[in-house]
Order: sequence, then C-alpha cells, then structure tokens
Amino acid sequence: MQDNTNYGAVDGAGPSTGEATVPIDVGAGPGATATATAPAKPTTATMAPAPPAPARPSGPAKPERRRNLRTSTLDDYLSVIGALIGSLCLVWLCYNRLLPFSGPLGFAVCWFVAFLALYAVVTSLRHGRPQLADRMMAVVMHAAAIIVVATLAYVVVSTLWGGRDALSHLNFFTEDLRNTGSLDPLSSGGVLHALVGTLVEIAISIVIVLPLGVLTAVYLNEVGGRAAQIVRTVVEAMTALPDILAGLFIYVLLLLVLGFQFSGFAAAVALSVTMLPITARAAEVVLRVVPNGLREASLALGASQWQTVWRVVLPTARAGLATALILGVARGIGETAPVLLTAGYGTYLNANPFSGPMASLPLFAYTLSKSPSEMDVARGYGGASVLLVLVVLLFVVARVLAGRGREGRR
Amino acid sequence: MTTLAGDTGSSGADASADKPRSIRPGVPVSDRVFRAIARGGGILMLVIMLGIAGFLGQQAAPALGVFGWHFFTVQTWEGEHLGVLGVITGTLLVAVVAIVVSFPLAMFTALYIAEYSPRWLRRTLIAVLDLMAAVPSVVYGLWGFAVLQNNTIYLSRWLHTYLGFLPFFHVDTDPHAALWDKSMYTSSIFISGLVVSLMVIPIACSVMREVFSQAPQGEREAALALGGTRWGMVRAVVLPFGRGGIIGGTMLGLGRALGETIAITYILSPDFSVHFRILEKGGSTISSLIANRFGDATGVQVSALLAAGLTLFAITLVVNMIAGFVVARSRSGAATEI
Repeated sequence: MQDNTNYGAVDGAGPSTGEATVPIDVGAGPGATATATAPAKPTTATMAPAPPAPARPSGPAKPERRRNLRTSTLDDYLSVIGALIGSLCLVWLCYNRLLPFSGPLGFAVCWFVAFLALYAVVTSLRHGRPQLADRMMAVVMHAAAIIVVATLAYVVVSTLWGGRDALSHLNFFTEDLRNTGSLDPLSSGGVLHALVGTLVEIAISIVIVLPLGVLTAVYLNEVGGRAAQIVRTVVEAMTALPDILAGLFIYVLLLLVLGFQFSGFAAAVALSVTMLPITARAAEVVLRVVPNGLREASLALGASQWQTVWRVVLPTARAGLATALILGVARGIGETAPVLLTAGYGTYLNANPFSGPMASLPLFAYTLSKSPSEMDVARGYGGASVLLVLVVLLFVVARVLAGRGREGRR
Repeated sequence: MTTLAGDTGSSGADASADKPRSIRPGVPVSDRVFRAIARGGGILMLVIMLGIAGFLGQQAAPALGVFGWHFFTVQTWEGEHLGVLGVITGTLLVAVVAIVVSFPLAMFTALYIAEYSPRWLRRTLIAVLDLMAAVPSVVYGLWGFAVLQNNTIYLSRWLHTYLGFLPFFHVDTDPHAALWDKSMYTSSIFISGLVVSLMVIPIACSVMREVFSQAPQGEREAALALGGTRWGMVRAVVLPFGRGGIIGGTMLGLGRALGETIAITYILSPDFSVHFRILEKGGSTISSLIANRFGDATGVQVSALLAAGLTLFAITLVVNMIAGFVVARSRSGAATEI
C-alpha cells in the first residue's frame, strides 16, 4: 500500500516539527497506534544486519523481525469487500426491480453512492471520525483513478473496434480513394494517400523542429542571459497555444502573404509551429539533468563552450533528446486543425509536398467519419485506428528510449 | 598550478623570467558565433509568437475596421452580419463544463498517484496519463460523437427532469413525453465539455502530481508521526503545499479547453446566439467557428474569422501566462524542505 521506505531515517533525526503546527486529524487506527508507540528503535528495514538491539538489553538475543508497515488489516479488506457486495445487491434490487430506472451509467453511479454509504456505516461502527474521513477519501481517490484509466481504455478499445472492419481488408493499406465512391464496399479504396501524406508532412516537420528545438533548448540552458527568461515564458505559453491558431498563422503567412498554394509543405510548417515548443521544452528539461561535472570537466580540459555542448552535453543527452522529439511528433501527428486550414483534402496519392492538396490521417478520419455513408464511417474509423496505433507506437518507443537513457547515465 | 613545468618550459631556468603567464580573458570567436546562433534560435521563438499576433492582427484589421466594437456585441455569423459574442460565451461555457468535470478527477487522480498508489503501479499510471495526453483529439472527438453522445442524452434528460428549474439545465422540450425528443439533447455544449474534459485531465493532472510529489518529506513524516491518518497528512501538508500547482494546473487545462477545435466541431451543431442552456442542442466556440466556416469564407468573412482567432489568441495567452506565473511561484516554495 505505502512506500515509506525512509521511515527509519527519521527516527534518529527527530523531525523538526516547527512547521507542523497545522491541525492534524489524529486517528486511533491500528496504523496510527503502531507509529505512535514505536520509540526510537532502529527499524530493521534500514539496518538489517545490525547487532541485536543494544537499546533493549533485557530481551533475549533473538533477531528482530521486520515491522509490518501496512496499515490494512483483514478486517479492513473484509469491510471493503462486504460493502461492495452488499451495495451491489441492494442497488440491483432497488434500481432494476423496484424503481423505474434503467441504463448502465445510472446503475454504476447508484452502486458507487450505495457503496460509499454502506462503507461509511461499517467503518463508523469501529472507528472514529478521522478514520472515517480517511477511508472515504481513499475510496474516492481510487475511484477517480479507475474512472480516468477506464475511460481512456474505453476510448482506445472502441476506436479500434470501430476500425476492425476496415483494417481487416488488406487493400485498406495499399490503395487510395481515387476510384472509390462513398458507397463502395470496404474491399475498394484505402488509407494509403493519407498515410503517405502524414509521413511526408511529419518528415518535413522533423527537419524543421529538430535543429530549432535543440537550439532553443541549448540557448535556454547553456547560454542563458537576460532574455532567456522571457523566451522560456514564451515557449511555455506557446505549448498551450490553440492548435488552430498555428494553422491560421501559417495560412496568413504562407498562403495570403507569400502566395503559396494549399500544400503539404504549408501543413508541415503549421505542424512545426505546434511541435516546436513541446520539443524545445522537453529538450530543455533533458539538458538540465546532464550532470554539471561533465560540463566542468570539459571546460577545465580547455574545450570551448561550443565544443563542450557539441561533444559532451548533446551526446550525453542523446536518448533524452530523441524522446523529446518523439513527444513532439506524437503531438504533431494527431493535430487536425492546422492541417485542415493549410493542406486541403485530396483523395489521391500525392507525395509531392509543394503542389496539390495532401491528405493526412487525422484529416482523413475527420472527413470520412462525418460522412453519412456507413462505408465511409468505417473507413474513418480505420484511419483513426491507424493514427492511434502510430501514436501509441511512438509513445512506447519514447518510453523505452527514455528508460535506456536513464540507465546509461548511472 | 600555473607554475608546473612544461607549461612555459622554453623560458629557461633563471628566476627573473618567471613572469605570470598572460591569461586571455574573454570568449573565443567560435563561442561568440555559437552563442549568437543559439540566441538567434531563442529569439526565433519570440519572433514566431509576435508573428502570430502581428499577422493575425494585420489581416484582421479590415474586419475590425468595418465592424468596430459591434464585432464583439453581435450574435450572428451570416453574410455581412458578423459578431463573436455568442461564440465567446460558447467557448467559455464549454471550458467551464470541462473544468468542472475534470478538476475533481484530475486532482484526485494526481493525489492517488502521488500519495496512495503502490510503487509498481505509479510509473504505469504516469505513462498512461502521458499517453492520454498524446491521443489525437480527432480520436476523442470521434468517440464523443459516436459513443459518448448516445449515452449522455439520458444523463442530460435526467438532469433536465430533476434539476430543470435551474436556468442552465433547462431545455426547450418536455422530458416527460412518452416519445421524448432525443435530438434536442444531442450536440450540446455539455457533451462537448465532457469530451474536452478528457483532454484537460492529463494536462492538469501531470502539473498537480509534480507539485504534490514535491511536498517536503519531513513535514509529511512529521504529520504521520503525530498520529495523523493519511488523509489528515494530505490535507495538512500536501494540499496547502500544492495549492499553486492545483490552481496552475487547472489554468493550463483551461487554456487547452479554450482552444480545442476538432472534438468540438464533431459534436456541436453551429448556433451563434448567446444562450446558457448547456444541455440543449446547439452552440459554437471560436475555434469550431473557424474550422466550420473557413472553407467557404470570402472577403471580409476571412478577415472576420482571423479577428475571431485573434480574440482566442488574446484569451488563451492571458490564461496561460497567469497559469505559468502561478506554477512557477509554487515551485519556488519547494525550497522550504527541512
């Protein structure tokens, strides 16, 4: 349940309670008494092979046992389980049989409320109010975490489920929508043009974002100066910039002022505007954790700052920088609004980013799933599933890279 | 150190030549170039940000010149009658719904991760929440449109039936009718807010979690050692310490909620008048207005859409700046560690 591994360290030092004059609920639960009645006895958690307890000379020289820090007893578990089952039966009886309600959502809500009430009654039979509040809040927090994770799982699973029809046709990955009407069956037409469009746009964005993002991070972390604080604030504000504004900006700059056409290149630049602050921020965090000793060693050997950054700092942070870039890509690959305003939507394969409309996966999913045709909706789901899988893959790669980087630093 | 042999070995052995070595202060040329380039990269971010404001402002100026202040008081978007009042209220209402739904979920989840979860679960949960932030908004929008909407209309009807006396829960239909009008409860601001809250939760939660986990360990242990329960410790130490993070995280989430485009465009059916009946069909936000009307806009309409975008830019910039300020202040409190 809890991970208070450094409890033993506090025993000897004596926590300075100067700031702890705040009101604290004092509970009489088993955990609380265990903490209170334990004197400054060294816990075996930190000093396992210590000589057998010089503080207690009366006792026989039997080895001290590790104290159980878990505060949950069998009683606690049983009251949770009992309350769960009891409330389920109660709600099933009342909700489905006696009262004119229906629907799984209402059932879940009523069950949770009944569970809270039952659990509160059971707890208050044995414990005081502080314990009661503690148990109630613990239940609420567990419930919140479960709701969030379950909702995400629901979103992912239902998207993939909706896309199963389209994904089971192999031609979905090898054809575009050039000769496919909205009523044609799923055995014709596919997502190829959108996939290629997304890959081309993201490739261009990486070419733009990688140098600029790393440069900004280097500026913020290695060079610094008075303006760095302003730049940092601006980068943070840009991270939360609405994606559609990036699209509008590029629309005005490239299409209205400079006279470009709707094209993949314009979309890539718009995506870069949204990816740049994310990558720059993540890269700055990565550079910050490069040990300062490495920089100092390099400078002390006579290297210039440029050499230090290029030969020491950046190679050390390589894995982290890759993670930062992938995080930016994962964000950029799913952005719809900038692409909507700058790329135009085409139904045929177009690998040239400088001419002609270029579809991309989010735009494909958005356009087709709004169509009244069932076949198009299935294709839209298929596009969304491909997009989701791409994002999850990128995400896993970023995690693995970050984990490896952390290990390598030790 | 400087008198080590071999350093200036050519000077010979006599003591008179033992002068201090000349140390050239200052930065070598390569470093000057490097710093200039790096600084240029940083300045470019400023330029982009100013460019967004500048170009949008320049292109929006004709519309603002034509409409003047009426642009902010008119509630239609037809032909030459363009105004953003209804759209701004729609944006704020969606954001409020999203924040009201996501705030308790995000805060309790953050507390769960920081204080309650077992260690083996903690890293997984953090990864799951990061993934939740990376899921494309088009996927959320599709899910909200196809799945959530069909389930939420029952909740909407229930709210209308029992809480309909509150003005913002009112819907212009009879909830008790045998064949109640389902379509009146779809495409509402409420459902859009629910979907947007899914995108707000991971952002708010990660900020809160970070601040909570920085709460001083000494004070936590002091609270527990005094016999406090875990919730007592959270209330007395973690929540007061993390107040800045709670506010800042919520504001960052608000910034995201104000700017969300595609998910809302999926769900809301366009309606540009001001109304506060969040359960009822219809409504519009600035970004969904832009996404909906950009394709067939001409002349002054394009300019007016850009002016609407400029309004959104100003709103989110203010919100995000305040959020960043609050979060930065709360982090500086981490120095109180015993």
